[in-house]
Amino acid sequence: MAESTGFTRRHFLTVATAVTGGVGAIATAVPFLASFKPSARAQALGAPVEFDVSKLEVGALAKIEWRGHPIYIVHRSEQMLAALKKDVSLLRDPNSESSDQPSYAKNEHRSIRPAYLVLEGVCTHLGCAPLARFDVAPADLGPTWPGGFYCPCHGSKFDLAGRVFAGVPAPANLQVPPYRFINDNTILIGSDTGST
Amino acid sequence: MASTEADVFDRLGRGLSSLGAWIDKRFPMTKLIKEHATEYYASKNFNIWYGFGVIATVVLVMQLVTGIFLTMNYKPSAEGAFASVEYIMRDVDWGWLIRYLHSTGASAFFIVVYLHMFRGLLYGSYKKPRELVWIIGMFIYLCLMAEAFFGYLLPWGNMSYWGAQVIVSLFGAIPVVGNGLSEWIRGDFYISDITLNRFFAFHVIAVPLALVGLVVVHIMALHEVGSNNPDGIEIKEHKDASGKPIDGVAFHPYHTSKDLVIVIIFLIAFSAVVFFAPDMGGYFLEHANFEPADPLRTPAHIAPVWYFTPFYAMLRAVPDKLLGVVFMGSAVLLPFFLPWLDRCRVKSIRYRSWIYKVALMVFAVTFLTLGYLGMQQPTGPVVVLCRTFTILYFAFFVSMPFYSRVEKTKPVPTRVTP
Repeated sequence: MAESTGFTRRHFLTVATAVTGGVGAIATAVPFLASFKPSARAQALGAPVEFDVSKLEVGALAKIEWRGHPIYIVHRSEQMLAALKKDVSLLRDPNSESSDQPSYAKNEHRSIRPAYLVLEGVCTHLGCAPLARFDVAPADLGPTWPGGFYCPCHGSKFDLAGRVFAGVPAPANLQVPPYRFINDNTILIGSDTGST
Repeated sequence: MASTEADVFDRLGRGLSSLGAWIDKRFPMTKLIKEHATEYYASKNFNIWYGFGVIATVVLVMQLVTGIFLTMNYKPSAEGAFASVEYIMRDVDWGWLIRYLHSTGASAFFIVVYLHMFRGLLYGSYKKPRELVWIIGMFIYLCLMAEAFFGYLLPWGNMSYWGAQVIVSLFGAIPVVGNGLSEWIRGDFYISDITLNRFFAFHVIAVPLALVGLVVVHIMALHEVGSNNPDGIEIKEHKDASGKPIDGVAFHPYHTSKDLVIVIIFLIAFSAVVFFAPDMGGYFLEHANFEPADPLRTPAHIAPVWYFTPFYAMLRAVPDKLLGVVFMGSAVLLPFFLPWLDRCRVKSIRYRSWIYKVALMVFAVTFLTLGYLGMQQPTGPVVVLCRTFTILYFAFFVSMPFYSRVEKTKPVPTRVTP
């Protein structure tokens, strides 16, 4: 007869009980952990919002709220659009290769129509709301400042297309939310189903 | 026979001791009192640095008591939070005092705990056999940071709001799961009523429970190995015939009576702040927090409360999101490893080499400077200084295993010095 391994019915039952109990404990943890996710109400409140761009003067910024995030809408002037071509060498990701935006905003001006910039006003570093600093070359931001957005929390800088500067903490360009024009003057933010 | 006054007290004494005996048969009351107070021997040469543990316990109790009374009037909702704090300040009898005790207590807790930890660095209190005392203490510190962070959102001021936004976004830096994780922590797409409600639950029940449990474990571990002392020698190595350490005196009444004086001095300073400068010029209560939370407008200058600014400065020093978070996280976690990073056998700074003395002083200055830099606007020279001092902070820990191995130490006395 082969030598006994010492593993008995009692050992087997102990291990089986421990494993079953462990699986039960993990299964019990699931509802508690899942209760932390955004609730059905929180998700329903994230519905799309409309904005009338005809109210917005050239060179002005409007802030609206979608899903609790500030959304920045800028009516860019010709000079502002021209500046986008000149600041490319200062940027980390000028062609938005490693940034987050819908395909229709992955272009030089990062928008559907060049004049209207739509951005999430949420710094890609740690989520502060960057300030609009459209003044060119002010004392505090230096002579190379082409106008754009400056984050007061950690000093990240973005240009007038929300493209991030090199050498700042923010890793990527400001996000462009999904949006579309539902008519000539009205944009719908939060939904882009159906093409523009 | 007429009973004299002495007889009355004699009978009372007999009654009390038989009550004690009755309890002792059912609960180890006398045993616990002896183990942790009347027969717990701690070195007779304690100096002022040994008072901060007791003060921290006093502050913990004060935070628990004032916290319980604040919850009786506070409303944990985005609608009601800010107004309920104003209500406590203006309409609840003595509400302003209870709230200022709690808010000043938060800052006092960190001052005391930082000094308590610095004592550990001075006298090598983290070294064998006290590694677990130190590590449990570090867990207490982590809990304290969590407690302060969750509590800071509750007044629902604009700085509360954006502070929470920044810290929760830190988790977004983790590759792949980061954004989902931040959303899971918030329970919403932004810091909302839902987030406030759960932070309230963490602040008033989950973290305090863990904190109190850890404090009990910290003290149990300490009383098992015995307290260190400014000479960094083990008093248990020299005992008298009855087994008591010759250089030790009983915690009660000898240390408790001295601690009482320390606590009173602390409370005098503490009351001065509570009554005359409860916001401490914006350092204990930030001015931007006197405005209600506004999800669309970040305060022009955002900085955490002073006790987090050293780590915040390190976060900003790194021009990369993930690396910044990694640096900040390691800065908090590195002290856990001190018992093994320090290879020197001598515990107390009194008998260690000039290298450690210099390193520790540079480290202290670095920590304070980072704290100052973390409050400044992140422009040109501030960023350069942040980077320099971040390197110095890490250098303290990284260089330690090398120099501490070959340190030229002084002879350590066998008995404590006065």
